[in-house]
Amino acid sequence: MSAPITAASKGAARAAGGSGTPSRRRWRRSRADRTGRARRTSTEGSYALYLLPGALAFLVVIVVPFAMNTGISFTDWSGVGTPEFTGLDNYDRLLGDDDFRESFRHSLAMVAAMALLPTALGLVLASALFDFVGRHAGSRWVAVLRACFYLPQVLPIAVAGIVWSWILAPESGSLNELLGAVGLDALQQDWLGDPDWALYSVMAVMVWVQIGFPLVIFMSGLQRLDPALHEAAELDGAGWWRRFWHVTLPQLRPEIAVVLLWCTIAALKVFGMVYVLTGGGPGGATNVPSYFAYQNFFENFQAGYGAAISTVLTVLILVLAVVALKLQTRAEDENS
Amino acid sequence: MTAVRKYPVLAALVLGAAFMVLPFLVVLMNAMKSPEEYSSDGPLSMPDGVYLDGLADFWERVDFGQKLWNSVLISGSVAVLAVVLSVLSAYAIGIGRIRGRPYVLAFFVLANMLPQEALVYPLYYLSKEAGLYDTRLSVVIVFTVVQSAFGTYLLASVLGGFPREVIEAARIDGASKWQVLWRVVVPVSRPTIGVLMVLFFIWTWNEFLLPLVMLVSDDNQTVSVALGVLQGQRDMDATMTNAAALLGVLPAIAFFLIFQRTLTRGIAAGAVK
Repeated sequence: MSAPITAASKGAARAAGGSGTPSRRRWRRSRADRTGRARRTSTEGSYALYLLPGALAFLVVIVVPFAMNTGISFTDWSGVGTPEFTGLDNYDRLLGDDDFRESFRHSLAMVAAMALLPTALGLVLASALFDFVGRHAGSRWVAVLRACFYLPQVLPIAVAGIVWSWILAPESGSLNELLGAVGLDALQQDWLGDPDWALYSVMAVMVWVQIGFPLVIFMSGLQRLDPALHEAAELDGAGWWRRFWHVTLPQLRPEIAVVLLWCTIAALKVFGMVYVLTGGGPGGATNVPSYFAYQNFFENFQAGYGAAISTVLTVLILVLAVVALKLQTRAEDENS
Repeated sequence: MTAVRKYPVLAALVLGAAFMVLPFLVVLMNAMKSPEEYSSDGPLSMPDGVYLDGLADFWERVDFGQKLWNSVLISGSVAVLAVVLSVLSAYAIGIGRIRGRPYVLAFFVLANMLPQEALVYPLYYLSKEAGLYDTRLSVVIVFTVVQSAFGTYLLASVLGGFPREVIEAARIDGASKWQVLWRVVVPVSRPTIGVLMVLFFIWTWNEFLLPLVMLVSDDNQTVSVALGVLQGQRDMDATMTNAAALLGVLPAIAFFLIFQRTLTRGIAAGAVK
């Protein structure tokens, strides 16, 4: 619809003609000035010029470093001197590296803790907040409760890590003290130092960190649903769970897909929490790909191997990102 | 029916919310205890009085004022610069409808999703070559670009729905593209731009990996990096950890209270747009 208008108005501007003074700064001046300006537009450069600063910045900060990283992954390089081209050796080594496989297995655990669990919990919490609290207790309660669940999301990950490493400390940590105080001494653990428990502890902390994001998205999604459907189901005698399952869930499908994919990507990128809570330990029990890459870059001085790890991670994330984009475009098409 | 079940559900929700904020309360409680009180009474007792020397000691020891200033300076610069860059690119894509628009947009989204692990080593290397290593400027430059990837994507889709008539009217009145951008498009898009600024500020404040690698000297570190490194080195005792946690939590809670509405709305817009 916009194209004909563009053509028509340009034509009108040209037909009006007139002698303008192009040197004037302000455009709301005389009629003659206006039309003169409009005529000049053909020489002022195209919109593509506005993309130039962004394109240059992206070239320097994203494209070139990314290409370099991929290049480094085909070399043996300590970070100083000349990299030695070794072809696919680094990738070959990855295939046989148990630490690498372990780190990706832990990534799956992070996907469970940061995507699957928070999405499931977020759906139930958002619907409960919306249906019960929103309807019976008022929107102020909804806002307060939502804020409580969302709070960890605004916390710097390093700070959240400090809070939890102190709570989970083996001696005089709050959790162990609490267990002791209620007589459950048998359950006291070295939560982050015991290889059997460390991964679960990190996962639990990540659920706490992540839950606010799906909750907020789903709550805004619920607002666009048609309440008539719910009322009809209620009249037909459907209980809350059945309405949740058969009415709410199917309608929230676009939001669920987006949240799952975004959270999965975030889970694959986890770095800060592992750095602060466990340092990948004990004995690699909580190592994840990005921390593994970091170790190779800056601790083992094996830049080539680190680059190969991060390249594999990147490919995985980009594939997911493309799927996410496709899904999102389709959801938008359905909505409009 | 609902009247009967309403209260258990409400109670469960309140309990869940309490569990979410409990860690903050425990930290607050213990940051006010002296080391002696902490070691004799443990972490679960109420503090006897308000003891703030621990906080003050920690503040002095890590030069926390400097860290705060670094974080404010870096996050503030990024928020402004990234918005400017996003506006320029989004103007070309959303209003200018340049050729290959979907591909350009897809490029920005993918750039946004790229893991920083795949950029960190070359950026570290290049910044050393360029003499920018361990400067706050290097972090500002990198995050301006990284954040503007998301900003461009969001703003371009918002501007795609900008009423063409308004732009045409300004053009007929003789406004150049530059004038249309700053006097028509930007003022009208102010709400979205505001959301983006808040998001960029907080995201940059919370960033960890790249600042950790780029900022090694004490004078340049941000709050996140300084606290994360202290914890990573495991050389803090319980009271120090508490002071660190409280000082790290306070700015985040302040931002949260100030920007709560913008934040929750903005994140919803960003994800579903």
